[in-house]
Amino acid sequence: MSDERAEAAAAGVLGGDEETFRALLQSIVDVARAIFGAQASSIFLYDEEADELVFEAVSGQGGDTLVGTRFPSSTGIAGFALVTRQPLVVDDLLKDPRFSRERAASTGYVPDSIVASPLLHDERVLGVLSVLDRASDRPFGVAELELLSRFSTQAAIGLDLLLRARRARSALAGDGSAALVARVASLLDEDDGGEGVALLEALERVLASRRA
Amino acid sequence: MPAGEAPSIDAPGPWREALTREWAIGGSSGAVDVCIVDSGIEAGHPLVGPVASASAVVRAEDGSIAIVDDELGDVVGHGTACAGIVRSIAQDCRLHSVRVLGAGNTGAGDLILAGLRHAIGAGHRVVNLSLSTTKRRFAEELHELADDAYFQGTVIVASAHNLPVDSYPWRFSSVISVGSHERRDPLAWFANPDPPVELFARGVDVDVAWLGGATLRCTGNSFAAPHVAGISALVLAKHPELTPYQVKTVLRLTATNTEGHA
Repeated sequence: MSDERAEAAAAGVLGGDEETFRALLQSIVDVARAIFGAQASSIFLYDEEADELVFEAVSGQGGDTLVGTRFPSSTGIAGFALVTRQPLVVDDLLKDPRFSRERAASTGYVPDSIVASPLLHDERVLGVLSVLDRASDRPFGVAELELLSRFSTQAAIGLDLLLRARRARSALAGDGSAALVARVASLLDEDDGGEGVALLEALERVLASRRA
Repeated sequence: MPAGEAPSIDAPGPWREALTREWAIGGSSGAVDVCIVDSGIEAGHPLVGPVASASAVVRAEDGSIAIVDDELGDVVGHGTACAGIVRSIAQDCRLHSVRVLGAGNTGAGDLILAGLRHAIGAGHRVVNLSLSTTKRRFAEELHELADDAYFQGTVIVASAHNLPVDSYPWRFSSVISVGSHERRDPLAWFANPDPPVELFARGVDVDVAWLGGATLRCTGNSFAAPHVAGISALVLAKHPELTPYQVKTVLRLTATNTEGHA
């Protein structure tokens, strides 16, 4: 089995594979964009170490080029949602030339309205879901804010799974015990006689008895 | 019933007659100290006016936390928006700023705690907190701090979440938690018979102060809380002897959905 296949198999054992979760995030922004009749929708991952927001999924304007793009986390409307842990809607942004310049410089697209909601999962804020330039004939009130919050819950779970898959892949690529377990797990695919499984069961009994 | 509004609540007869909005805020004037714990305030903004004091909570390189004079104002805009809303309702209030967000500070729970402690220690009568922390390890300390504020006479007004998210301090009974309704009236507020969100105030399509003297139209509970902070300041300007418990009772009994509030 190739290293790549071993990693993929182990990622499946440990938490699922990255591409599936990325597709989930993409479907969330696609649906959010459709529901609000918006020009674009994005999910940002909060990179705590770098203190930056990173485009993880984009639907609509800029979809081809923005994934992976970073910007400072504590500024901008997405930053508002991140730092206050509160969803919010900001309209008439084109009235603020400073914002427009900053936004244009970072993404090439200047929206007039932004809806942003923090992606809260357990105790952590994982990122932000944004919807740009929603259809002007659809009011955005309390019910829409709640709908967006529900989408955000879904997006946060998707983002959490994606992060787990990445950590699993990273662990599998290293020299640690997770990598060893993953390599063994991938080899079990070829364990036709069941000796490997029997050996692991014996190991499990030994470790369990030592803990007891 | 429109989103964000609440069914009618009955008030006890004698209270209904005595506790009217006219009694609570009619002709209210006077300088009550209101502190915005947020991203700072842009002093001199046409919708904000003067800022009486400005502090910032900063983390030193060794990890320790300090309170310093804030010379940056507001680098994000959120605090200025909240301050403008408070000013629009309580025009005579003294606005104070404690910056805990912005410029590389993404809402760390310990900085929010330090900022809130500073605001309460300064003796401000009303503290607006349009933010929350989701870290449980800060919940207990925040709870004690909110109780201290409650007992010393500081009203903490905190924006609530639309969903039952475990974040703090808005869920504590010693603070006043606020969600949004969709009316345009800044003096319409609803008492929620189904807590933990206790009040709904204007939070949709609010024209708020923005950086550089500008205004923008915003929606969110972040903008509902300062409406209640401003109304609380009006109540306290007229009735400075009231405790936070009594202010909360007044807000409930004079809410738009409470029978006979007018």
